[in-house]
Amino acid sequence: MKRLFVFINLIKDSLDTITRGSKGYHLWMGFLTFVMLVGMYCYGIQLDQGLSATGMNDSVSWGLYISNFTFLVGVAAAAVILVMPTYVLKDIDFKRAVLIGEGLAVAALVMCLAFVIADMGGPSVLWHMIPVIGVFNFPDSMLTWDVIALNGYLFINISIPFYILFRHYQGKEAKSSVYIPGALLSVFWAVGIHLVTAFLYQGLQSRPFWNNALLGPRFLASAFAAGPALIILVLAVIRAYTPFSIEDKTIKKISLVVTVAAQINLIMLVSELFKEFYAPTHHSESAYYLFFGLGEKKALLPWIWTAISMNVIATLLLTFHKLRNNFRVLFFACTILFLAIWIEKGFGLIVPGFIPGSYGKISEYTPSGIEIGVTLGIWALGAFIFTILSKTAIQIEIGALRYKKQK
Amino acid sequence: MSSNNKKWFSLNLSNRKKEQSSSCSCGNTSGQCASQQTPEVIDNEQNKDGFEQVFDVTMDRRTAFKKLTASLMIGAGAVSTSCSVISSDESKEKAQIDWEEQFKGNYRLMTDEEKQATVERLVRSYQLRTGKTINMSSKNAEENVLFGYAFNISKCQGYMDCVNACVEENNQDRNSQMQYIRIHEMKEGNGFNFGEADDNYYHEVPAEGHFYMGTQCFHCDNPPCTKVCPVKATWKEDDGLVVIDYDWCIGCRYCMAACPYDGRRFNWSQPEVPEEEINKNQHYLGNRMRKKGVMEKCTFCVQRSRAGKNPACVEACPTGARIFGNLLDPDSTIRWVLENKKVFRLKEDLGTEPKFWYFMD
Repeated sequence: MKRLFVFINLIKDSLDTITRGSKGYHLWMGFLTFVMLVGMYCYGIQLDQGLSATGMNDSVSWGLYISNFTFLVGVAAAAVILVMPTYVLKDIDFKRAVLIGEGLAVAALVMCLAFVIADMGGPSVLWHMIPVIGVFNFPDSMLTWDVIALNGYLFINISIPFYILFRHYQGKEAKSSVYIPGALLSVFWAVGIHLVTAFLYQGLQSRPFWNNALLGPRFLASAFAAGPALIILVLAVIRAYTPFSIEDKTIKKISLVVTVAAQINLIMLVSELFKEFYAPTHHSESAYYLFFGLGEKKALLPWIWTAISMNVIATLLLTFHKLRNNFRVLFFACTILFLAIWIEKGFGLIVPGFIPGSYGKISEYTPSGIEIGVTLGIWALGAFIFTILSKTAIQIEIGALRYKKQK
Repeated sequence: MSSNNKKWFSLNLSNRKKEQSSSCSCGNTSGQCASQQTPEVIDNEQNKDGFEQVFDVTMDRRTAFKKLTASLMIGAGAVSTSCSVISSDESKEKAQIDWEEQFKGNYRLMTDEEKQATVERLVRSYQLRTGKTINMSSKNAEENVLFGYAFNISKCQGYMDCVNACVEENNQDRNSQMQYIRIHEMKEGNGFNFGEADDNYYHEVPAEGHFYMGTQCFHCDNPPCTKVCPVKATWKEDDGLVVIDYDWCIGCRYCMAACPYDGRRFNWSQPEVPEEEINKNQHYLGNRMRKKGVMEKCTFCVQRSRAGKNPACVEACPTGARIFGNLLDPDSTIRWVLENKKVFRLKEDLGTEPKFWYFMD
């Protein structure tokens, strides 16, 4: 009963916190709300017209939505990279960063689910997927595995930080015997969500571009590069604009993780390119389309080469200690690495899977304005959720938000 | 294809006994297909009457919950619509039907009575909306029937009569010009080169130096599309037809990505067919009207084939290139073709086991 009371107080206090802030904060939230409203308007049009409002067609039947979904699963999985050393290896260093990382995971997962729902032809009958009242094709369909993995991960990533913050809010220490098992589980689960999402594509014998054994591992490597890169950038912003202090040491440690993951990712890219182009077969056509274009159809060329060059430059910058330890260079490298992997693991992965089509037909895909509007809206939703979560967490962590303190 | 010599490996994780599909190994021309026996299903609900039919059934918790939820929802809908005083009887009935249709179950798991009920609701709903009566069937697969198809590449001249007949028969969306069948025009001397083939030609046929090859859903015996569906809205019927419950499909298009044969179509917009062109002889799993945001595909014209007729494409073909029949009937034409012609199938290396063979004279 007392707990419930404290909980209600926490909700009240955090509502108080998130509705108050500087002018910049209000502008930021107002901007996000505006983008979300535009996104909802676009989604309204899509609901009315059907998915013909998007650029997808019978040949390329998945587009921007599924690309972003795939990429964001990686971002969500990356929270684990901070969880492990902090909770399990007792590296105090990371403890402040990890709450931010988990907040990022929650925001990314909400965005994932939103993208999947935006991609559905019949969102009104989505209850068909709920076990017991619907039919859940488990374990045959990888999509059902993904539903379990994503929702489970969302639950873990909400409950652990909630427990810790709830204790801190009351001025108590969080018991490690409670959260360590959860943190350990989330480590395995994070690898799981990413592999399962890769298997979604890897398991299709009809699409040779996806049907390769390296897809899953490469997903992991790129995720562990892009996710922590984003966390570094977010920490830099938080450090600059809030009283929440984050040591240089923390950022340097995370940057080491980014570096190793980016290097492994490049090695795997080389292996993939070698396989596709040393002895090209009929099955290499999708890769040819992606990297060189097929005939006149070369829509993805500028994108993929931008991605690859940014990827290589970022990895090089990160590899040299001198450059990496210079924060300006580090933030620049993290930005371009994040963008590069967004392109590469987004439509650089999804779209070529459908080109050429089953019988060699090449029809290209360009997202429509509506599709882009919905996508931006969902990204704004993610940023909105993350801002709310991190603002509350920071206030609790720096001790500004405490149970019965304000009275 | 018996389970011990199948070419793919499937884990039996859920501990289900793999149902022995009554498909046949006609490619081996062993002629033993007819000797396969399907176990008789003993219907012990026949002896019950009255309330026993409702209460005295073995039911696991899952189905019990399902039935409870369903009846609760239907009840709530009935109350909400019947208590409204401002709407007319007809709109009340329409609302009632819409409500029940929204919350009905998966067609595959329905009993025959439930299938009949949903078909009646759909017919009545159509009547209420347009004033016209349609005829919709919910006929199940017959025993000892396994449909197969053969395509004679030497005979096809590319007239596309099959495509037009298919569109008319199956009420496909006219706006997006959806077609289940594709006819690929190929250059002679290049072999089966789909990459250079043209499936969208508008000239006089047969064109000099070209040959023609049709593709559609191959109704695979090991269909990759049904496996990936997260809600089991698509499945292989006992007579081998791969079908979709349009009302259960959530429109995720995973099946479309999984199909190696371009056999599936998606309704990107609300499908439209002019009222006078609608084929009113329909089947629940076949050519009934679809809605936007769901998958659809060739069903070998289930409304015709289960009534003992040939699919529309076979009937429309002026050259006799298309052959359809029961693979389990040793006297059928399709069996003769499989036993006497050198047949082949597309992308056999994928282990999909299509029931659609190509041959040449």
